[in-house]
Amino acid sequence: MTTTAPPAVLTTSTGAMPPGDSGALRRRSRPGEQIVMFLLRLAAFLSVAITVGIVIALLRPALDFFREVSLTGFLFGTTWRPSFNPVEYGVLPLVAGTMMTTLVGMLVAVPFGLGAAMYLSEYANPRVRKLLKPVLELLAGVPSVVYGFFAIQFITPTVLRGWLGVDVGFTNALSAGLVLGVMIIPTVASLSEDAMSAVPQSLRQGSFAMGANRMQTTLRVVFPAAISGIAAAIVLGISRAAGETMVVALAAGSQPNLSVDVREGMQTMTGYIANTAGGENIVGSVSYNTLFAVGLLLFIITLVINIISIALVRRIREAY
Amino acid sequence: MAETMTASPTAIRSSARSHDNTLLSVIFLIALWLSLALAITFLMTLIVTTAIDGAGRFDGALFTEYSSQLSPETTGLRAALLGTIWLMVTTALLAIPIGIAAAIYLEEFADNRRWYNRLVELNLQNLAAVPSVIYGMLAVAIFALVGVDRTGIVLVGAVALGLLILPVIIITTRESLRAVPREIRDGSLALGATPLQTTWRQVLPSAVPGIATGTIIALSRAIGEAAPLLIIGVAVTVRFDPDGIMSSFTAMPLQVFNWTSESRDEFKIAAAAGIIVLLGMVLALNGLAIYIRNKFQRRW
Repeated sequence: MTTTAPPAVLTTSTGAMPPGDSGALRRRSRPGEQIVMFLLRLAAFLSVAITVGIVIALLRPALDFFREVSLTGFLFGTTWRPSFNPVEYGVLPLVAGTMMTTLVGMLVAVPFGLGAAMYLSEYANPRVRKLLKPVLELLAGVPSVVYGFFAIQFITPTVLRGWLGVDVGFTNALSAGLVLGVMIIPTVASLSEDAMSAVPQSLRQGSFAMGANRMQTTLRVVFPAAISGIAAAIVLGISRAAGETMVVALAAGSQPNLSVDVREGMQTMTGYIANTAGGENIVGSVSYNTLFAVGLLLFIITLVINIISIALVRRIREAY
Repeated sequence: MAETMTASPTAIRSSARSHDNTLLSVIFLIALWLSLALAITFLMTLIVTTAIDGAGRFDGALFTEYSSQLSPETTGLRAALLGTIWLMVTTALLAIPIGIAAAIYLEEFADNRRWYNRLVELNLQNLAAVPSVIYGMLAVAIFALVGVDRTGIVLVGAVALGLLILPVIIITTRESLRAVPREIRDGSLALGATPLQTTWRQVLPSAVPGIATGTIIALSRAIGEAAPLLIIGVAVTVRFDPDGIMSSFTAMPLQVFNWTSESRDEFKIAAAAGIIVLLGMVLALNGLAIYIRNKFQRRW
């Protein structure tokens, strides 16, 4: 082997040099490398530009919208009738629709997602886990429009009306919520499993040494120790469910409905966006601005939920 | 899991198995099994019932004909298939280079004590969970700003999907870069390579399998996304082959959505057949990703 290291560089590589610290090397002018570094940095900061872009993109038409509709009338109004006279822009029915489908979804996703996570983390041997995890990943990979189709073709007519005898309309919040819940199971399960797997083995050993069985260890030792990670998983699941579009656009219906009866059809925020955007909206028109006002509200709601989730994840990182 | 342990976790758990003798603990275990069984049964039922629904339409016309309102029994996916190919290639060309470049900067060069780098970090975590419809609205707004008002074209769709999967690509690429051991970087630097040469010639090649796996899975998510395309106003019926990035188009998930929204039964059958084709594409991409992971991924 021939060593071709130039002496100029050898003098700089003393001790462990962090990759970010290339101070001594930079003295030798390498314009090409500086351009590449600039491009790399640009790419990284593009992600911040995307967020800023989203805010501006949503804010500009939304501000035009609020010039015509009062903010309180929008946030607290109970009638959403944007396309018929007399028009009314009370967004509460859409928010209620989102809340009801999300609630039904979480009632499915939380118990079943946590059950799956507990089994994979505390009970399954590595071979079983290797087999089951791809199935969960596949469940997460099924396109949402497929879930929407399944909700109106199978869940509503066969499961709800047929097997369970529930009197539901063709589109209803129950069927959309149930399918949404199954869709969210992988999100809740995989993040909760990560949190539970990160619980130190010594805690389990201590519990078993005291004569606890696996159920007691799982529920009273591992679950409390992983609680902030599990909470983060659930919160992220809520964000996913609230932002999901195609399932609710197909299965929850297109009728704004301020009701808690999930057997009825309800339009959600995302459902409204999908149903309205399908037509032609001229940039700057009232319907275009309305769309973005609802989009902005959705973005703010999911942003708040996401921040809670991120803060919760930070807490488990500090714990161990 | 930096715990020093003498026995493997499973061994410890199985030693506790003998304690699973109360009725309650058996019921608990059964409940856990049922949770997984529900997820698997649901997936199976979805695939089987949809395949049965669509069984009548797995013919040549499904692939060679355009979508048709007049003859629903021979409506086809031709434009949607070609549109999806155009869309995915453009999306990949936009998102992959930027995503990998951003990940390299953040993982190899960024000093994460600086507030702006931490901001990028926090921002990425949030972006990964922004609803997909919002990305559609962003793409519309971007092109409205530039003065393009005909937004139902391949380029706008690709920008929406590219922005959507960018955080995913960045996050998975960073994980693969992080898995490359320090010693490889140290060795390269000690031999006189600059940090950039080290990244380009040593770190990046070692991380390629992981990056490929993450990127393909991100693309498999994008291929099924209908919501952003709906927002940009993709045409309902496209009866021509898309021929460039400025061409109007439709895509697989959107064609399925449109057929599902039709009331006639022929369209429901066609939608089911389309779903099976779409699921086949998603499965093929996921299978490819798993193959690459198992075959090429190195463990240090």
